[in-house]
Amino acid sequence: MDEPLVRWDWIARNWDNGGPTSVKVLLENHIVMAFVPVVAGLLIAIPLGLACARYRWLYQPTVGVMNVVYSLPSLAVFSILLSVTGLTQTTVIIPLTLFSLAVLIPAVVDGMRSVPDHVRQSAVAMGFRPYRRLVHVELPIAVPVVLAGLRVAAVSSISLVSVGALIGQGGLGYLFIDGWQRQFYTPIVVGIVLVVALALVADLVIIVAQRLLTPWARRRA
Amino acid sequence: MNWLIEFFGSAEYWSGDDAIPLRLLQHLEYSFLAFAVAALIAIPLGLLIGHTGRGAVIVVVSANAARALPTLGLLVLVVLLIGVGTLWPVLIPLIALAIPPILVNTYEGIRGADPDLRDAAYGMGLRGSQVLFRALLPVALPLILLGLRLSAITVVATATVAAYVGLGGLGRYIIDGLATKNYAEVFGGAVLVVLLALAVQTGFTLLNRVIVSPGVRQVR
Repeated sequence: MDEPLVRWDWIARNWDNGGPTSVKVLLENHIVMAFVPVVAGLLIAIPLGLACARYRWLYQPTVGVMNVVYSLPSLAVFSILLSVTGLTQTTVIIPLTLFSLAVLIPAVVDGMRSVPDHVRQSAVAMGFRPYRRLVHVELPIAVPVVLAGLRVAAVSSISLVSVGALIGQGGLGYLFIDGWQRQFYTPIVVGIVLVVALALVADLVIIVAQRLLTPWARRRA
Repeated sequence: MNWLIEFFGSAEYWSGDDAIPLRLLQHLEYSFLAFAVAALIAIPLGLLIGHTGRGAVIVVVSANAARALPTLGLLVLVVLLIGVGTLWPVLIPLIALAIPPILVNTYEGIRGADPDLRDAAYGMGLRGSQVLFRALLPVALPLILLGLRLSAITVVATATVAAYVGLGGLGRYIIDGLATKNYAEVFGGAVLVVLLALAVQTGFTLLNRVIVSPGVRQVR
């Protein structure tokens, strides 16, 4: 192989070359397109998950729908949405939000179910009203399970964004297209490394958040 | 709707290289090949690691790597490195992405089996491999099937993306349609892929009903 896997000077030249395809801009786009669906997914999943945990008849149909959503290939969903939202970031953000929901709703339900009954009863006995009980007792206990789901959702979202490059909105995924078309390894390697690094950082941030949100778990350990 | 009529009504997509039945068969062929190889590697490995408890790190690492690695990047890099021409350069990333869901769930299924069950099986005089195949495997079956389902879904989706690096199958409609701005073709192809994914999902639900022991199903 004559061509080296990585040409370092390419990275230096293209990190911030002022154009719309400089690595820095692609990275920023990538973060936006991966981050928005996860946050939106969490904001939607919490009320829906709480509803499913409370009204049990809702759970089975919701999980059924989410299973189906999760099985849809991302490229196909992007392509179908293309007719509605065109070549914009929204075309990537909407399906990724749905995929996040498919992971997060079951996580919220499992989290609520992980609250031991005696804890709930103690809270009632101590005079907690339903709303305060939810916010101060049940949700904090559910945090580890919900965040475990959030880690899966965030990492998947970050890696799936790059498929969007095929419809012109893929953040770092553009580097894969660029490298393929020019038979040039460097952009592809840079893209893969940055996507994986981004996933690791997101994972770490959530782990740190979990430690901050559940100080009692740390003390016990 | 008009696009669907335009796509499915066009004679172009019912004969020759771009015929829908042909593309569907190709998609099934590649997906099945990758899926079968992945299952042949991942199920024995998962059973072994789950039963002996050695090498659990491999399971965790492969699960995380599979989630974080961008499919498109992996496909493009592997095909560029090995070269186009035969089917294998494209199949290798497909297989690599199909292994972790099966491996993780097989491992979890065996590891997560009730320790009392394991002890009882040994107590009845079963040997190591008999314990695994007669006692633990039936109990782990629902999780193994879940892993197989997730893997099959991954393969169908990845085979669609792999059209970009020259693989045939239903993804061709999406990739070629995008390249020529023929959005009816893109839309029609996407609908076919979605239908295929739903069919796979349904197939596994039915399979679950048939092969999982009723006793195991009741416990869950």
